[in-house]
Amino acid sequence: MRDIHAGYGGANILNGVTIEVEAHEIGVIVGPNGAGKSTTLKALFGLLNVSQGSISFDGKEVTNARPENLVRAGLSFVPQEFNVFPTMSVRENLEMGAYTRRDDFRYLIEKIFEYFPPLRDKHKQPAGELSGGQRQMVAIGRALMMEPKLLLLDEPTAGLSPRYMGEIFERVIAINEAGVGILMVEQNARQALAIAHKGFVLAGGKNSFTDTGQALLDDPEVAESFLGGGTKH
Amino acid sequence: MDTIGLLSALPINELVFFINKVVIAGLIIGSIYALGAVGMTLAWGILRFANFAHGDLMTLGAFIAFMLTMAMPGLGAYVGLPTAFVVLPIAMAVTALVTILIDKTFYVPVRKTNPKPITLVIASFGVMLMLQGLIRLFFGTAPRQMYVGSKDIYRIPFAGRDIVITEPQVLLIVFTVVAIVALHLFLTRSRTGKAMRAMSDNADLARISGIGTAHVVRVTWIIAGSLAAAGGTLLAMDVSLKPDLSFNLLLPIVAAIIVGGIGQPYGAIVGGLIVGFTETVAVFNWAILLRPLKPHMPDWLELPANLTFVPTEYKIVVPFVILVAVLIWRPNGIFKGKVL
Repeated sequence: MRDIHAGYGGANILNGVTIEVEAHEIGVIVGPNGAGKSTTLKALFGLLNVSQGSISFDGKEVTNARPENLVRAGLSFVPQEFNVFPTMSVRENLEMGAYTRRDDFRYLIEKIFEYFPPLRDKHKQPAGELSGGQRQMVAIGRALMMEPKLLLLDEPTAGLSPRYMGEIFERVIAINEAGVGILMVEQNARQALAIAHKGFVLAGGKNSFTDTGQALLDDPEVAESFLGGGTKH
Repeated sequence: MDTIGLLSALPINELVFFINKVVIAGLIIGSIYALGAVGMTLAWGILRFANFAHGDLMTLGAFIAFMLTMAMPGLGAYVGLPTAFVVLPIAMAVTALVTILIDKTFYVPVRKTNPKPITLVIASFGVMLMLQGLIRLFFGTAPRQMYVGSKDIYRIPFAGRDIVITEPQVLLIVFTVVAIVALHLFLTRSRTGKAMRAMSDNADLARISGIGTAHVVRVTWIIAGSLAAAGGTLLAMDVSLKPDLSFNLLLPIVAAIIVGGIGQPYGAIVGGLIVGFTETVAVFNWAILLRPLKPHMPDWLELPANLTFVPTEYKIVVPFVILVAVLIWRPNGIFKGKVL
């Protein structure tokens, strides 16, 4: 996406954000609260009106496209909150992710159970009864059911214990190694940038720094302003 | 002791009276509430508003069944069922169609403005008044009989007494059971049924998952409209058909929905039966059950002729009390519905 200006109807929250991720890369968006990180993902996924700039995906122009069409084009989105169907079982949650598929997708459910083994035992349990970390697994699993080319994750580790946080990051890397591009917003900037091919530091609805993940970690200025203290090696 | 011996130890007269007046009566009215509440709670959960016109969709369905019955009164005799029951599928289909048209004409334009839920509730009040007016305009206000000929009455002998149940009551119970099982299979097995539950759970996530919300909404109205028509028709067959038939059902139905949890079809069924049974128990004359105990009571204790919790004419108070009690102590309902 290039030079995106977008908002919720009132004043724009995004005033020129440019995000570019190659296929099979992990991109990480970090920045202070209110920088427009989540808004960027929502704008990408057609959930709010983009007034200026353009978004292209897989060579096609998709600015302000409808979410259902983006899903078909190979883009999946995992919101930060309310990202499962709480009264539906884990398996049904995954089936809903594949709603637009007409083929037999049972092998995909198997694949997701391989990514997230705890879900296999709990496949009949309502997703709302799971722990936060397992709910996050269901949410990511649901998004993977369309076999997306690019997965958008909005703070997948928010509110999780360090144990689950590490597990989610590990899974994100595994999913990426299986060929799925990732673009995620993260509060745990240091850990997220460590696994990122590309990093984007947003502030005030604009790009502040854009570089490889490692380069941003090493940049003393980024560390000073956004990562809380000097660089650690 | 064999069964007959055991039974003869019980006050049979009173027991049979209790079965007829409480068990069967509660089951009948509970089934009606359940049929109405299931459709309304599904629409409430998915569209996030209480469609107050739902009661009058029940009346409308009953009048459509009535018109069809008048048009071909002999139809039922061929298959040995009441004509109104034979034409019920047509009445259900027509009512479902009307429900979709109401949505397209009145609710969709409001929904497009991204309104607060209360705006849609007010719109549904308008539709409710309009339906009531139209029904009175075309059919008048006099009660009518849905039955061609007389109702079959079944007497099931029970220890020398009869448990009495009429043909429309049997049909109502059978229909309700079949409808609930069919709805359960639909919601848990079919792709569209699961999408309905998904949208009720989390509409935004359903959209993000690529679920076509317009299709889900249409199917929801079809289910709500056809079950409303069935409930209205079956009730009119049991009692009589009046234009205010189901307006009086609205409060108990809403109580049943709140008891069961908004958006929870199984909760609505349980809630409907709870409200139905509570009503019948509340207006039941307990003096009759206490009469056999009279010899064991002290002499100073007079048994009044009429001993009910609530006089029959105040029956409508019962769902109201249930509604208030549930909202105070368990506002999510027994099946943990939505708080809207």
